Parts: sequence; structure tokens; C-alpha cells
Amino acid sequence: MSAPKFSTLTSRCVVLPVQDVDTDQIIPARFLKVTDKLGLGEKLFCDWRYLDDGSPNPKFVLNQPEARGAQVLVAGHNFGCGSSREHAPWALVGFGFQAVISTMFADIFKGNAVKNGLIPVVIEPAAHAALVAQRAGQPDLEITIDLKSQTVSWLGQMPLMFPIDPFSRTCLLEGVDELGYLQKFQKQAEAHEAAHA
Amino acid sequence: MERGLRTLSERVGDAALHLKPGFQMSSSPKTLFQKIWDSHVVAEEPGAPTVLYIDLHLVHEVTSPQAFSVLKERGLKVRRPGRTVATMDHSIPTKGGYEAADEPGRIQLRLLESNAQANGVRIYGLDSVQRGIVHVIGPEQGFTQPGMTIVCGDSHTSTHGAFGSLGFGIGTSEVGHVLATQCLLQRKPKTCEVRIDGALRPGVTAKDIILAVLAQIGVGGGTGHVFEYTGAAIRALDMEGRMTVCNMSIEGGARAGMVAPDDKTFNFVNGREFAPQGAAWDKAVAHWRTLPTDAGATFDKTVTLDASTLEPMVTFGTNPGQGVAITQPLPQPSSLADANERAGLEKSLAYMKFEAGKPILGQPVDVVFLGSCTNSRIGDLRAAAGLLKGRKVAKNVRMMVVPGSQSVKLAAEAEGLDKIFKAADADWREAGCSMCIAMNGDQLSPGQLAVSTSNRNFEGRQGKGGRTVLASPLTAVASAVAGRIADPRPLMS
Repeated sequence: MSAPKFSTLTSRCVVLPVQDVDTDQIIPARFLKVTDKLGLGEKLFCDWRYLDDGSPNPKFVLNQPEARGAQVLVAGHNFGCGSSREHAPWALVGFGFQAVISTMFADIFKGNAVKNGLIPVVIEPAAHAALVAQRAGQPDLEITIDLKSQTVSWLGQMPLMFPIDPFSRTCLLEGVDELGYLQKFQKQAEAHEAAHA
Repeated sequence: MERGLRTLSERVGDAALHLKPGFQMSSSPKTLFQKIWDSHVVAEEPGAPTVLYIDLHLVHEVTSPQAFSVLKERGLKVRRPGRTVATMDHSIPTKGGYEAADEPGRIQLRLLESNAQANGVRIYGLDSVQRGIVHVIGPEQGFTQPGMTIVCGDSHTSTHGAFGSLGFGIGTSEVGHVLATQCLLQRKPKTCEVRIDGALRPGVTAKDIILAVLAQIGVGGGTGHVFEYTGAAIRALDMEGRMTVCNMSIEGGARAGMVAPDDKTFNFVNGREFAPQGAAWDKAVAHWRTLPTDAGATFDKTVTLDASTLEPMVTFGTNPGQGVAITQPLPQPSSLADANERAGLEKSLAYMKFEAGKPILGQPVDVVFLGSCTNSRIGDLRAAAGLLKGRKVAKNVRMMVVPGSQSVKLAAEAEGLDKIFKAADADWREAGCSMCIAMNGDQLSPGQLAVSTSNRNFEGRQGKGGRTVLASPLTAVASAVAGRIADPRPLMS
């Protein structure tokens, strides 16, 4: 069983600099009645993205021309807070995103993201503000994320290191599957159970 | 994949897999969290997260279908069905019966039943008199015990920390990991002491404590940390109050919140169906008494609050950290120096249709919701009914009372609480998550304002376009009676 692989990515970006975006906004609860992972990209940010009549809200960033094909989301501080729903990264990946850049991610979201090949890239507030400002004047600005060197860069910006759990990085680079990894510890788990029975 | 797996373990060799670093540190003072963590380490490889043993896995219909699918695809079964408990809560109707749920909801409920049956997992189905919200029935049935590691595909698993256990929410991939292996890969979080000194004044409750904590630290303030709630005000709370506090730890960004177990904890657990009995009980209590944080143990950070200064709290914005004392005016965006925070506050006030600087008291209310894993236990219903008795819900207000479990419902009916709610024109329902997450048809209409005892006031959380003010059961009842956001204290003689 193979997990999603990731090495480098160069792509235009969508900027949604709202802070404390919760997973209810990323994918509202009424879409959680699925029993698979399909079709959630259509519902990503549903209540911000569509007007009451179901038509796209032209003011929302995902509906602007430069969003088409963008694989990087530049988000605000504390992205993905609230509910643990993994439907949030499923919806982001379903839309086509492969990375989210923020100054901080909520813990559960961050864990769910990497398990779905979605890279949470944390950069300093100053660099984040500079990126948002530069992108405002340059809608087709491309961002490069290199997981091997753990760097993110864009035009005029030298590569910036970003932190990522080394195990998550290895899993993403090599397509290692966490469940497969965990299964190797069944003897130790049995020993733990025997010791604590 | 195989190549990657071997690389990781070849690097260290088998001997390292048996390391249990926690046991080497047994002489130095430890926190409650550290003790539970250390005693659940199954293995640690350099460069990899800890393999942590999970004692109790709670499962519900919304976050488990894709995890069971992974097991099926790989020909795996649930490894420890006896440590796994399933219930139906999110999608279920509160009017009773499958026919009230929509088609996708029905499919999800039936799938949970068949997945549980195929794996020998205990399930509290729709016809069970013990069915209820996962975080209500865990403690109620005695599954939740001090010292345990407890997970669920649900962020409010932090509730169980009230018993001195380590309970935290996980994603669906991790639900699959625990189903298949009874283990999880986890990095050790930092610890944060949340010390609540002093004594609460009348009309101020556990819910007001946690809303005040969240207003102080913000929704991201606990990220990367596990909270341990300490101090006189926490010790004075009953188990239900402690559950309310721990429940909303995640709203501050902390995956888990804990309270050291004491005699109140043991008395609550004692005699419940799945609690240890006889000699096993005595042995368990002896162990549980060793769990509280040692004198001299340190936390990575500390937050303090004086309970005696607190008033009833309400939220005014679109995240649980946006709260104020009910008598205070709404904050001014211009008072915030940070541009992003200012924009966030402006956006929240605009969504809520509230005006900066104005009082929140007196805002007209359309709906009052008494329920959710935060405030739907028998003590919550008693407190609410006590204040509502002899009064009526205002004509323009719809009040829903949704017990946290069918057991709570039956207990409330045995005490006649249902009669008080019905006499006041409140709607008395079957157990479930209901309008906290609005997946089952119980929801706000666009623009409606609810005073809710639940845990999240995110945009659209209780129905698209709905506006939520989080509050205690007492404040909810006072607001239902007034038809406006109201302070419960004047009603309390």
C-alpha cells in the first residue's frame, strides 16, 4: 500500500489571509455524510465560495481567474483550527492544493494534512506578510516548495527553511505508509498488553 | 513503501525498539501527563514519533467509514474489539427512528452497524437505551477511567481528560491506525498548567471558567500543548463541571485537557458497568492515586485565572476565544494593534451583526439550544430546569433541550425535569449531537441568533448563516425566558 509522494512543487498560489480559519469553513459539517473521500473538492470553502443561489461568489479568491490550477494556498495564522475532520485536507487536496503556507497550523489539521500529501509550510510572520504583499501586485507569482531541502522560495525571495517533522518528511519523500510502519510494532504492543493486563 | 519502511528500522536495529525512555526517568518529579505518556510508550525509533498504546478507542458514524474501508482493503480486522466502542450521535435524528434521518445519514448509520458487527465491536445503536453522544456515554458507562489513553475521531475527546486520562481527537487515517494496531504515532506535546484559583460566585459555572480561559489565551493559545487544569476552583468542580472545562480545551488549540483524579473521580467511576470491580477496583484506585502531578514537576508554561473575579461569559464572535463577561461592552477593533487580529474581529462582528462598543446584553434571541458534549449531562439539565421552573420560554424563542444520552434522558424524566421543560414550552428531544453540529436536521435558519450551550460558534456551525452565542446552561435559560441575551443572576434568588 503506497502513500502519496511529494518532492518539489512550483505553482501559482491563492491567498486567503484570514486568521483562525476553522475546519467548519474549509468543509461545512453538512458535507460530512460521505462514506468515501470523493467530491469534497467541489465543496471546499463552500459557504464563502458560493452565493445563496449556488453560483460562484466572484469576490471569493478561489473563483478568481488566477486561482485556476493553483496548487498552493497561502492562509492566515492558526489555519485548520476546530474540528478534527480529515475531510478538510481531503477537500483541499480534492480541489488541487498540495501545500498550505501559514504562520501556524492547528495540531490535528497539520497531522491530517501530511497523511494526505498536503504539505503544511510554516514561515515567519514577516516573510508571510512580504509574500502576501508581493502576491497582491503579482497575481501570477509562482512559489516553489522543495521538501528535500525543506525550503520555500518565490521570485526575489531566497529559499527559506521551514520546519517539518522528520518522520513526516521521510514518509512524504519516500511514500512511506504510516499504517504499514505501525504494523511492525505488533510484538511490542502485545508485550505492552501483557505487562499491563 | 516497503523500501522506506526497512530503511527506517534498519537504521536502528531491534534493540532500540524495546527502549522505554519514560521508565528511566522514574525518580524525577513528573506531571500527570508525563506519567500517562511514559506508561503507554510501546516503542520509539530515532527520527520517528513515539508508538503510543491506546487503551480506549471510541468510534462514531461520521469519522469512521473511510477508516473501516482501509481495513477492508488491506484484509485487516479490528485488533482489539474489546477496547473499541461505537455509538451513533452526529447524524442521528432527535425525534427518534431512522426514517427521520436523510438518505446519506441513514447510509452512514447502517454502515457503522455493519462495520461494528463485522469486527465484533460493541455498538450503542439507535435502539439502545444507553446510546448517546460519544463523550457522554464513555464516562457514563465506566469506559473512561483515570490513567488511560483515549482517542476518538472527534476533537472533543479532550472531555475524557476530566478523569485524569489522556484523551485527544484524531483524524480518520489515525482512526484506521488504532483500529488496526491499537497504537498511534505521536510526538510528545508540551504541557501547560491552567491554574484556576479562588471560588466561583453564584450564577457562574464551569462553562464560564473555560470561556474566560479561551478569551484570555485565544483559539490558538494552546497549540502544541496539553493542558492540566489545577487550582481550587477546579478541585471544587464536580465531575460534570470538569468535563465541561476539559471538553473545550481544543477550542484553545490544545488537543487534550486534564484534571488530576481525586475521590470525586473515583466515586463517579465506581459501580459503573465497565468500571473495575472487587479486588480489581482496589488495585485500580491504588494506581490512580499515584497519577497526580508530583510536587516539583514543571510545566512548559502556565496560565492563571482567578475564578472569584469571573462573571457569566458569552461569546460575541465566530470563534470560541471571542468571549466577554456578559455585562461588558463588545470590544473595539480599533483597540487592537495587530492588523490581522483587527481584521478578524471586524469580520466576526460583521457576521454576527453586532456593533463594537455596544452591550451584548439585550440582543434579541431566536433559538436557545441546551445540549452537546459540553453541557448536556444530568447536572446541566438540573441547573437549567431549576432556573426555568415556573417560568416560560419567550414567545419569539424556540428552545430545544437535547440530553447527552438516552440514560441522561431517562434519569431526567425520572426526576420530572422533562415536565418542567415542556411546561415552559421547550422542545424535549432524544439524545444526540443535534444542533451543536447541525448534521441531523436540527439547525438554525440563515440569520437566526442562538444562545447555545455547545462549544463552537464558527460561522454556519449550527446551520448555514446561523449566528451562535456560546453560554452556560444558566445563561441560556435566562436568555430563553427574556427572549434576549440575559444575565441569569437576577433570576436566582
